Amino acid sequence: MKSDELSFFSKKLLELLKEFKEIEIDNVEINADELTLIVQPIVQAIKPLETISVPPLPKLPEELIKVEFVPPIETYQGHVVEVKIGATKSEGGSRGKVIKIGGDKTLPFYSFEQINPNKPVFAMDVFDMPLTLPKPVKQHFQEVMEDPAEWAKKCVEDYHADMVSLNLISTDPSIKDTSPKEASKVVEKVLQAVDVPIIIGGSGNKQKDPLVLEAAAEVAHGERCILNSVSSDMDYKRVVKAAKEHGHIVISFSPMDINNQKKLNRLLLDEGLPKEQIIMDPTTGALGYGIEYSISLLERIRLGALLGDPELQMPVLSASSNAWGAREAWMKSEELGPREYRGPLWETITALTMLFSGAEIFMISHPATLAVLKQIVRDLYSESEVESEQKPIDWIIGVK
Amino acid sequence: MTHERVSLLEVYKYLPQTNCGKCGEVSCMAFASKLIERKITLDKCTPLKEPKYKEKLNKLIELITPPVKEIIIGVGDKAVKVGGKEVMYRHELTFHNPTAIAIDVSDKMDDEKIIERCKLIESFQVTRIGQQLKLDMVAIRCASQSIERFAEVASLVVKNCSLPIILCSFDPEALREAIEQKIVLERNPLLYAATEKNWKEVGMLAKQYKLPVTIFSPNDLSMMKSLVHTLRRMGVEDLLLDPGFFYEGKGLMDTINNLTMIRRSAIRKGDKDLGYPILMVPAVVWAEENPDPILSSYKEAYFASILLNRYADLLIMHTLEKWALLPVLTLRQAIYTDPIKPVSVEPGLRIIGQPNEKSPVLITTNFALTYYTVESDIESGKISCYLLVLDTGGLSVQSSVAGGQFTAAGVRDLILSSGVESKVKHKKLIIPGLAARLRGDIEDLTKWEVMVGPMDSSEIKSFLEKYWKTP
Repeated sequence: MKSDELSFFSKKLLELLKEFKEIEIDNVEINADELTLIVQPIVQAIKPLETISVPPLPKLPEELIKVEFVPPIETYQGHVVEVKIGATKSEGGSRGKVIKIGGDKTLPFYSFEQINPNKPVFAMDVFDMPLTLPKPVKQHFQEVMEDPAEWAKKCVEDYHADMVSLNLISTDPSIKDTSPKEASKVVEKVLQAVDVPIIIGGSGNKQKDPLVLEAAAEVAHGERCILNSVSSDMDYKRVVKAAKEHGHIVISFSPMDINNQKKLNRLLLDEGLPKEQIIMDPTTGALGYGIEYSISLLERIRLGALLGDPELQMPVLSASSNAWGAREAWMKSEELGPREYRGPLWETITALTMLFSGAEIFMISHPATLAVLKQIVRDLYSESEVESEQKPIDWIIGVK
Repeated sequence: MTHERVSLLEVYKYLPQTNCGKCGEVSCMAFASKLIERKITLDKCTPLKEPKYKEKLNKLIELITPPVKEIIIGVGDKAVKVGGKEVMYRHELTFHNPTAIAIDVSDKMDDEKIIERCKLIESFQVTRIGQQLKLDMVAIRCASQSIERFAEVASLVVKNCSLPIILCSFDPEALREAIEQKIVLERNPLLYAATEKNWKEVGMLAKQYKLPVTIFSPNDLSMMKSLVHTLRRMGVEDLLLDPGFFYEGKGLMDTINNLTMIRRSAIRKGDKDLGYPILMVPAVVWAEENPDPILSSYKEAYFASILLNRYADLLIMHTLEKWALLPVLTLRQAIYTDPIKPVSVEPGLRIIGQPNEKSPVLITTNFALTYYTVESDIESGKISCYLLVLDTGGLSVQSSVAGGQFTAAGVRDLILSSGVESKVKHKKLIIPGLAARLRGDIEDLTKWEVMVGPMDSSEIKSFLEKYWKTP
């Protein structure tokens, strides 16, 4: 028997996948070639089966030999730093609530050892201008793409995102070259539109981003936002200074290298940024496009944190929406089946893989990914109202 | 007791140390090193077979036997090896024996449907980065609860499909009826499953016919250990463990804990009772009332991916939708690649097809995945061109543009050092769509005209057809 909560989840997920599905004529076209492909079953001539000589029966123990299982508990010297995101009115901000991540004292979902204190959280991507998005994502946001505030609202109100990740891509000199001042007006609007904590991202332009993030940090003074991101080859000092002055968190981004990640973390700590104000992004490779490097990176980072390496003890962010960079996620292909399902599933599996490798804060594009990840996390923290059904389902008979 | 991976010197200690070279290695030390990395097998050392080394050989076998036993299901070149795991994390040593994926067949379907499904399973194939992704086995379910029908379907499947099979029933008589057919027995099928209730009968079958058998002990690892222990005492050594797949509410938490605890007990605590491969059944999601085909395929795929990430060595699935299986197979491919394989290819100039002085010049990065994808798209499009491969430290286009490894200066240096200028009579460079923002900088530095190519290399062919006017 399923509880209402689960039926609701399933129904909701199905809606998210099917709701906007278009019926495309070219998907249902039947070629003359296909019509001739009716499978001709080969019915074998029935002949008597060869029998075998039955080997002698072995000797049996009469009773089951009882052996007790003891959970393999280990102890760790270190733990992941706890980071508080967002600030309420009493803390000098205007967020509805504060989100905490990190603080882990064991590996991801080793709850037989202990339950880590904070659940992973999920931010949805919002952009400050309409852009080319993969079709399965775009169909959910088409009508709000002109207005980042409405876009953010949709993420929070309709899809229940824990956070919003605002990407100020129009500031890129080769896109619109929006000034830091103009861009920070969008930050203010989004902060007014939603009361969840936010991530503020630049355009990825190394020269411009420090200026954009600096201006955004100022208008968001006291809100304890996440500034996304700094790397060693840009003016990170400017961003760190703004984060310290206005009370924000900084993402320490390094492309797929644990040693460079450590070095950058060290540089940030040396600038006087408290470790409680740093989150790492060691790069999420899309499923099929380098996710294996990310798996090993995240696992090594968490093991390092538990071993007590202070340069690896910050929580890890996964930009799981990178999954959409994989052509298998967005490309129309009759051979591979409808992208309306294939695309979100590609992102869902990328995010789940990162979740089980140790990521604690996520950037996600598709509402179906968000729905699945939130449900899985609720279940893994056994906060779900659904009681564990201890009687196993007899799948041998039951599979439809 | 903690099981640690065996050291090079320890292995070397038990080798003949004569450096005879009969194994093809330069020295016994080199052999030892390959042995640990599982790149060579012990039988290649022929001197070890001499009687005087018998004790050393036995010691070596004990040393290098993985803490998670390797089990073979099926026969011949389609046989599937599962388990054989030595580490908890893939960065410690390449994971061996990729998680096998079986698809179920119900004995309630009519014969024609069964044959059709078998053919679909066996012919399922997707090519990704030069590898064929395939399904490995067929799991036959005794859903009819008829002993005769189950046996009939088992032989029908064996006749129509060359993949290894799993015989699924909790009824020992159904299993017996199926395996007492010569063609079925000869396939070396996996039995599913011995339980708290039927362990005597099913254990006896496994022993009698020397078949691998799964132990099913839902959410009870003490019972699991007891069953394994008892069956091992009976002399049944080829086991798989199914601690049950509960995917709702607290059940999911229990499932994940069970998987982690089984694997950690085997690898880190040397628990012999739990040192067997894990079998999981994501197909369980199809046992809900009125399953929706899309929703259940979607769920089954993401649960399968969680189980792949958490030590499952064999999965029984139900969906045959390509959109659902492709990401699961892709994840398996990723997890089981060599973690220390080079991330990058040699930078420089590649000549693809038979280009002439009017052929296009394209540029990409030296990240292996990017490079091979671009190369295969160009080749499959039958395009002749020059491809510049930029040293981005093994990063993709997106990461290296963001990370500052894909720069205009780098492009300029590559154009100069590669000698591409002497190969073509034009100065037009096609850059990846994802590197569009570097267009101006590259033009300024190189004085070449930059064309911004497609966002994805699958569109290179149509891009060239549309925009490449022979200079």
